[in-house]
Amino acid sequence: MSSVNKPRSEGGHAFHFDGPEHEFETTKFGIWLFLCTEVLMFGGLFVAYFLFAHKFPETFIEGATYLDWKFGAVNTAVLLVSSFTMVLSIYYAQNNKTKQCVNMLFITLACGFIFMFIKYLEYTHKIDLGLLPGDMFSFTGEMGSTNLGLYFSTYYMMTGLHGSHVLVGMGLIVWCIVRARRGEYNSKYFTTLECVGLFWHLVDLIWIYLFPLLYLVD
Amino acid sequence: MSGHHIIPFSVYRNVLIALLILTVLTVAVAKPVSGFDAGVFNFLIAMGIASVKAGLVLAYFMQLKYDNKLYLAVIVSTVLFLGLLFSVAMIDWATRVPEISTL
Repeated sequence: MSSVNKPRSEGGHAFHFDGPEHEFETTKFGIWLFLCTEVLMFGGLFVAYFLFAHKFPETFIEGATYLDWKFGAVNTAVLLVSSFTMVLSIYYAQNNKTKQCVNMLFITLACGFIFMFIKYLEYTHKIDLGLLPGDMFSFTGEMGSTNLGLYFSTYYMMTGLHGSHVLVGMGLIVWCIVRARRGEYNSKYFTTLECVGLFWHLVDLIWIYLFPLLYLVD
Repeated sequence: MSGHHIIPFSVYRNVLIALLILTVLTVAVAKPVSGFDAGVFNFLIAMGIASVKAGLVLAYFMQLKYDNKLYLAVIVSTVLFLGLLFSVAMIDWATRVPEISTL
């Protein structure tokens, strides 16, 4: 009876779980299922990419030449490093080192800012040139293909959806920083940190495929 | 929580180094950057390297190698669903008969 009134049991877990381990595993399973739906959402865009690239190979090869692979490569490295610091924040939480855990989260957040800043540079450069999606395409330079707008529709949709995920991830990391600074994460409890980490790695995973597909088409 | 496996720092560091090396390799074998050309295999090589990187992230950063195999089952089924999405779309694409609309 008393357990119904108490949201948390003595072990620190919600009353409807057998124990903290059960709660942790259940929460993580839910996150994995969510990641599955995320992959399938991006999957639709990947299908669109492959079909369009197959039908208009010249358009996609030419479109990619307007992208600077150096920006893409730096952003790949930035996201990989951020994934590394994200796992380290969990690693330090598991070892009860709150200060290092918070520091690693700050570095992860900073990497998110660097990624979005580089995206901002890329987007503004393209918008200035008129390299816009679909009908808005107003680039007036010399072009080999007549439907470059299609490439840029694909480009903005895929990188835009990915970028919005980075922003959401950054928001979640801020939340983790607030909680970590309160000392809420330790070897006994780091569930939210782990789940936000999984989401952040998924965002990294998608970029791993986007980089060669969009920047290095041949 | 007693059941948690704490992966040593050195494992994470080595995985990061491997991922960065593979990123350099991705760029190095890209035709628009280096001129490297393996013909029809260019695309497969790029996707192959990306998949190795994805595998490393999944196995170590996302801890699938050490974790409850239930999560592995989720990601395997995700890949199967993705395959279904791709293959059905491709079958549709490949078997279309060009038609002029009468509308």
